[in-house]
Amino acid sequence: MAEYAIELRNVSKHFGPVVAVDHVTLSIRDGEFFSLLGPSGCGKTTTLRLIAGFELPTGGEIYIGGQLQGETPPYRRPVNTVFQNYALFPHMTVYENVAFGLEMRRVPKDEIQRRVREALEMVRLPGMENRRPNQLSGGQQQRVALARALVNRPKVLLLDEPLGALDLKLRKAMQLELKALQERVGITFVYVTHDQEEALTMSDRIAVMNEGRVLQVGTPEEIYERPTCRFVADFIGETNFLSGRVKERRPKEVVVLVDGSVEVLVAADREVGVGDEVTIAIRPERISLHAKPPDPRALPGRVEERIYVGTDIRYLVRLTEQTVLSVRQQNPGTDAMIRFSPGDTVYLHWRLPSARLLTE
Amino acid sequence: MTGSRGVGSGTRRRGRWLARLLALHGVLGYLFLYAPIVVLVIYSFNASRYASGAWRGFTLDWYARLFTNEAIGAALRNTLIVAGVSTLVSTVFGTMVALAMERYDFRGKLAFDALLYLPIIIPDIAMAVMLLLFFVLARVQLGLTTIIISHVAFNISFVAVVVRARLAYFDITLEEAAQDLYANEWQTFRRVTLPLIMPGILGGALLAFTLSIDDFVITFFTAGPGSTTLPLRIYSMVKLGVTPEVNALSSMMLLASIGLVLLSLLLQKGGGGGIEIA
Repeated sequence: MAEYAIELRNVSKHFGPVVAVDHVTLSIRDGEFFSLLGPSGCGKTTTLRLIAGFELPTGGEIYIGGQLQGETPPYRRPVNTVFQNYALFPHMTVYENVAFGLEMRRVPKDEIQRRVREALEMVRLPGMENRRPNQLSGGQQQRVALARALVNRPKVLLLDEPLGALDLKLRKAMQLELKALQERVGITFVYVTHDQEEALTMSDRIAVMNEGRVLQVGTPEEIYERPTCRFVADFIGETNFLSGRVKERRPKEVVVLVDGSVEVLVAADREVGVGDEVTIAIRPERISLHAKPPDPRALPGRVEERIYVGTDIRYLVRLTEQTVLSVRQQNPGTDAMIRFSPGDTVYLHWRLPSARLLTE
Repeated sequence: MTGSRGVGSGTRRRGRWLARLLALHGVLGYLFLYAPIVVLVIYSFNASRYASGAWRGFTLDWYARLFTNEAIGAALRNTLIVAGVSTLVSTVFGTMVALAMERYDFRGKLAFDALLYLPIIIPDIAMAVMLLLFFVLARVQLGLTTIIISHVAFNISFVAVVVRARLAYFDITLEEAAQDLYANEWQTFRRVTLPLIMPGILGGALLAFTLSIDDFVITFFTAGPGSTTLPLRIYSMVKLGVTPEVNALSSMMLLASIGLVLLSLLLQKGGGGGIEIA
């Protein structure tokens, strides 16, 4: 049973008439870096608070290390939390903050001293023991919060947007550091974030949430390459959507008539019938532009705009009356990099598996 | 050009006059408020035997006399007992009320909230009469106990209001963090909540102490034989004629009150620093 660090079975949480978490079922493996990703108000923080025990579920069951939690109070759960605003105790020193959990568990004094020192070294904050939280920078407070949780060696560490308050550069550095730390200590991390890039960079697996539901669970690659619904495709990275109707089914492919005028071929990786309304998702960087059709499948379009992004050149290409596609071409840094100008007719092409068929 | 400059300096002159008038108004206002107090303090050092007599030189005699006056000593003892006990009781209950009001939702909370402010806004005399009636109906012997009960009755409200103000700023995730770190409800309260609201509690306690020391009307109605407090003592001394001794006693009470109020304000302003002050 305990192969999963955390299991949620059909967990719901209602606040009066508001459904914050709606029948969520998740299995988080031991030692995994697991992210709950979604826009604000999607229920990811509430899910975390349910695991920590700050909220009790309206329905469903939560298991930590195979143990049913029921109404177990937070202080009897083998998890620790890193809060979004750090929640360091302002009236205690850094040492007292980090030692708090060990003291509550009546760990002997000399062991507390040793473990606090180790924890502070681990987050690279040695020599700060006697400072007060308000004498530390945001990044340092963040490290203290991390040390305060990790010093207890919990089975699972819950992190609620822990990098949200840091500036971009520090955030990027802390992302890598957190990931390395997690691999070193081998503790299961459950990480709440609304930043899709952060989730993709750090996680072993991601659960994408919206409106209290889990829409898709998978590795970063699965989530990015094979989104199962429009919301996930849209939320993770940039995506073009083509809407149309299934015109013809072939053994391995489906022909979709987009905007009633352009025929697009996609892999038939899900059951659709002729006449169904469908959406095709295609990433901007998976589309290539050509002056002449490289393939009979290539679709003609007209360049509307060219945007210089630095690493990329972004083109907006009109495919039909209703649809403009975003296309990213890597900037090779040669004279040949600007190949098309607004008004040019181009041919859009992509490998068949790059386009994903989504049902509405 | 010249015309416009003339107008400009004219307004400026008028502005200066207005500013001076305003300053004068302020000075007169404060004079009205504090002149009697200053006079009182000055006359407590007057060598004349009459409290309102002419200035006959500086003396500390009246203060020396105070400390040898047994009746005043007894009154001081009563005052400290009443203030001490009523402050202790009302601080504990007031803090509990503040926590309940700030943290929990319950039926009739709004009504209870309004009731809580009643002792603050109700006229002293009305409260005094009510309390006296209550004690008489309950057949309770008037004395120190009844004074203490009465002082607790109004002090709870003041303590609760001050502590609530502190609690309103309290970040509830700090309590969650403590519970996340294995502290149960009581340990969370003792190690995190209490130290952080301590400045508010001490502020409330000092306010209660001050109010208790100064109270006259309610004490007058609920006091019995042998339970005379300082304000009651002063009142009875004044009835026999204002002596410089009264002035000296009043000055000392004034000093104590101002000190306590300042300390209370200081504590309430004290930031998230915690309990070093205690």
